Amino acid sequence: MDPGADGALTGRPQHRPQIGGIRSSFAPWEDPAARPLVRFEGVSKAFGDAQAVKGVDLSIYEREFFALLGPSGCGKTTLMRMLAGFESPDGGRIMLGERDIQADPPHRRPVHMMFQAYALFPHLTVALNIAFGLKRQGLPKAEIAARVAEMLALVKLDGLGQRRPDQLSGGQRQRVALARALAPRPRILLLDEPMAALDKKLREETQFELMSLQQTLGMTFMIVTHDQDEAMVVADRIAVMREGRIVQVGRPAEVYEAPVDRYVAGFIGDVNLFEGKVSAHEGPLLRLQAADGQFDAEGTADVGEQVWLAVRPEKIAVHTEPPADPRNRLAGRILDYGYLGDWTTYLVEIAPGRTIRAARANATRTVDRPLGCDDPVWLTFAPSSAVVLTK
Amino acid sequence: MRRGRSGLAAILPFLWLALFFAFPFVLVAKLSLSETALAMPPYAPRIDWSQGLDGLKAFFAALDGETYARLTKDRLYLDAYLSSLRIAATGTGLLLLIGYPIAYGISRCPPAVRQALVMAVILPFWTSFLIRIYAWIAILKPAGILNGALAALGLPPVDILNTETAVLLGLVYAYLPFMVLPLYAVLERRDESLIEAAQDLGATPLSAFWRVTFPLSLPGAAAGALLCFIPMAGEFVIPDLLGGSDTLMLGRVIWTEFFANRDWPAASAVAIVLLATLVAPILLFERQQAKVLR
Repeated sequence: MDPGADGALTGRPQHRPQIGGIRSSFAPWEDPAARPLVRFEGVSKAFGDAQAVKGVDLSIYEREFFALLGPSGCGKTTLMRMLAGFESPDGGRIMLGERDIQADPPHRRPVHMMFQAYALFPHLTVALNIAFGLKRQGLPKAEIAARVAEMLALVKLDGLGQRRPDQLSGGQRQRVALARALAPRPRILLLDEPMAALDKKLREETQFELMSLQQTLGMTFMIVTHDQDEAMVVADRIAVMREGRIVQVGRPAEVYEAPVDRYVAGFIGDVNLFEGKVSAHEGPLLRLQAADGQFDAEGTADVGEQVWLAVRPEKIAVHTEPPADPRNRLAGRILDYGYLGDWTTYLVEIAPGRTIRAARANATRTVDRPLGCDDPVWLTFAPSSAVVLTK
Repeated sequence: MRRGRSGLAAILPFLWLALFFAFPFVLVAKLSLSETALAMPPYAPRIDWSQGLDGLKAFFAALDGETYARLTKDRLYLDAYLSSLRIAATGTGLLLLIGYPIAYGISRCPPAVRQALVMAVILPFWTSFLIRIYAWIAILKPAGILNGALAALGLPPVDILNTETAVLLGLVYAYLPFMVLPLYAVLERRDESLIEAAQDLGATPLSAFWRVTFPLSLPGAAAGALLCFIPMAGEFVIPDLLGGSDTLMLGRVIWTEFFANRDWPAASAVAIVLLATLVAPILLFERQQAKVLR
């Protein structure tokens, strides 16, 4: 990546070339001259005996859409609440721009949060909810009214300003919460599981709306979620958390295609793991001796080292005839399969009790399935499709 | 079968109300429209059942509002009435001022401590109400505990027994749990994330309290105020024991009419007027609640 060519200095383009893929034009984290907007430096937090966050270092850049991803209890919410000021770190510090915000109470931080259950004020109308932060800033009345109208239009709730929160649908409430947090123009918007209460269809729509909103406003968003799909769709970068630590930070594609360990590989998407020892080097390839057979893969590891080969289901090809090339080939029979419309996932038994997941795109309209339970199949994958993991 | 049973369950509260509220109320209302007589009840008119429907008609024709007219002529009734409302209103105001911080404080304690404090609020109910009010006489009398303590501190004595101050003191003391409990009930259910949201949006902790916690606790305050104001306005024991002859309250007027003057119609009329004025705030409150729900 050429740091001079990215959008950090020239301003971010208004159009994202790819969604969920590599947005190569925006990568301030690769520019050594770029100053992060938020910096966590060795931040720790314990609740009683439970160490919720263990020495987290993290930088978030201006206009980035950053996702904290992890299972419940991994410390991601605690990390976010420390940035908002609702928890104070036991160790380390949090910088916002050039300022250590440790001593600032929540109401003095230019950081606003969209709460998981929205936390709308039930006694105030939609318009007064949105105006709440603006009034605290002491803006003139006319400007508040203008900004509230602007926000209502932005989240497509025009005309609903006089309703009370309990007269709105779940999706509308979510928009009010978003508008309320955005109205005072925070330097960073925190979203705590913002779509947890929405149904699947609405969630997907909202994800795209959030992204375009973030683009239009040119603001910095930080989202906390346990939903890997959501993180992959919306975020520029994802930080995967586990037991209070950050395991990997990277673009969605990096985290998916180049996980640093088995945990990340398994948490983001489905993965097949082959455990074995490196037996030889062959040019750029490693030869792996595993219980399931002998595999070639691209990667770096010493001969004799214990490694895991991670192969995504969609990178495994399913054949009905034995392929000529014996490399990275496994024979088995279909134990079960799931037809998902766009994809079919096969569960293939390659040895008693040992199953591999393979996925095949349904590129043609074949209603009569060519493959069914107990059919013998052969699986293959390219050496470049496997990731060699050492931990 | 099931239908019949659930029907009975629905009727029970109505039976209860009919027996212990509606029936006595009708009796009192009838008394208030009757002729004053020197003898014991029944007061005229009576329904002559042997006349059938005509007897009933004659009965209604004989009822009159003469007693109510009398109430408007004597300043005493109006004064007692206004003084009752004033004392009850002052007491309610004091109870809100004292009860709110107590309820708020309890609601902010850890759950185990909360339980103990709520128990402490209820605990005085376990001793007789009358004894507790008598105890205040011992505290407030000229040579009582309060003046003893003041003397020990080198301060001048106060003489507040048999004054309105003592009545207010007794009322606030006796009714405090009725104010604290409904307030505590709403404050304890407070959604912490709303306070956080307010602070997140730039409200100081104090401002978050006034703009979020306080307005959301108003239904509790209204319930507490009703629960205290209504019985305080008709309170008899506390003004009788702690108040002087110049503390005029309707409870005492009713007592005097009933037992000293033997004027049951007058006593009933005073009670009915009091009830009518107390029902008004309840209806207002209910309507307000309905509006909020809509």
